[in-house]
Amino acid sequence: MALKQTLKELWHKLGSPRWFYQISGPWVTGFGVLALLLLGSGIVWGLAFAPPDYQQGNSFRIMYVHVPAAMVAQSVYISMGIAGLVLFVWRMKVADIAIAACLPFGIMLTALALFSGGVWGRPTWGTWWEWDGRTVSTLVLLFLYIGIFALREAILDSQMRARASALVAMVGTINIPIIKYSVDWWHTLHQPASITLTEKPTMPAEMWLPLLVMVLGMYFFAGHNIITRMRLEILRRESGTRWVRNLVLPEPTVKGSG
Amino acid sequence: MNPKRKSRLYLALFLLVAVAGTTAALMVAMEENINMFYPPDQVVDGTAPLERTIRAGGMVKAGSVSRDPESLQVEFTITDHLGSDFIVSFTGILPDLFREGQGIIVQGELDQQGKFMAREVLAKHDENYMPPELMDMVAESGKNAEAKAAAKATP
Repeated sequence: MALKQTLKELWHKLGSPRWFYQISGPWVTGFGVLALLLLGSGIVWGLAFAPPDYQQGNSFRIMYVHVPAAMVAQSVYISMGIAGLVLFVWRMKVADIAIAACLPFGIMLTALALFSGGVWGRPTWGTWWEWDGRTVSTLVLLFLYIGIFALREAILDSQMRARASALVAMVGTINIPIIKYSVDWWHTLHQPASITLTEKPTMPAEMWLPLLVMVLGMYFFAGHNIITRMRLEILRRESGTRWVRNLVLPEPTVKGSG
Repeated sequence: MNPKRKSRLYLALFLLVAVAGTTAALMVAMEENINMFYPPDQVVDGTAPLERTIRAGGMVKAGSVSRDPESLQVEFTITDHLGSDFIVSFTGILPDLFREGQGIIVQGELDQQGKFMAREVLAKHDENYMPPELMDMVAESGKNAEAKAAAKATP
């Protein structure tokens, strides 16, 4: 009962952009520091110290960028879809801010996953791009991100913009299981997952440990980037209110004329 | 929950289910096209069309690769290790990962005799990664492990 009460209170507080701004300050710093540490050590570990692959040699190291980018790109989309549902049903302002903040980072990561996949595919498969289930569904993810971004730019009315983008974000989550299971449902050029939650990884620890570090680092980087964007957007939208003015100009009367 | 939110929640869920259902129906209808390649058994049993550009994939059969000493022409057999084989003929440069036992995908046409005239050969990487030293160790005990896995797979 107590837990339910706390969750209910949290839910109501989340409706307030001001509360979110005030509580999220330390997260930005924490996530940023963790991202820097993990991504920094993971990339050196993966690119310089992990052993080469018996078939691909050194080109397999591209996965230390490719896998985190692709995984986090999909996770960011899922969060955006949940924010879409919250906005669509509960009309929560913070959810719209979250959708807006997820878009640039999601576009960047999806593009990075596609690009690094091509760079890896060229020496490994013998082609930059092949129209198989995995690559096409990932391309659809990129177009979904870009489409929602464009939609938001095109609609001037803020309420319409919020609802339209929430709807597309929510419905677009259907693409995520398609990306995930594309390699199992169909014959694809892309190989099935090497690391899953349920089974033993198909590579030794000295290869998957740096990958795990990179994936965690990428999640923290996403948290850092998205929350920073959300905070900026909150300040912009609430710039007329007293609490923002007090925040930016703590003591307006003390300042001398210039 | 107030009734307005409840109806919006139902609308959202209905939309999700409807779009998921439509997508699923489309994917089932287009399965032939979404599958990137035909596996060996479908090439052998005639599911794969003749004299049309298609892709087929499988493992390169050990000991089947024969190169023409005069040109870049190469012939090899693709198998699924379950009894379905077909012969591929290709002229050109093979990808680095091409070797016997490797999974590959060929693009080209099947001729009337069931021989695959490939225009493009792609190496399919599997989900296994390994350092070279470890691979040497595995290669030694490999046949043992393979036999065990096969015994497990057939109950």
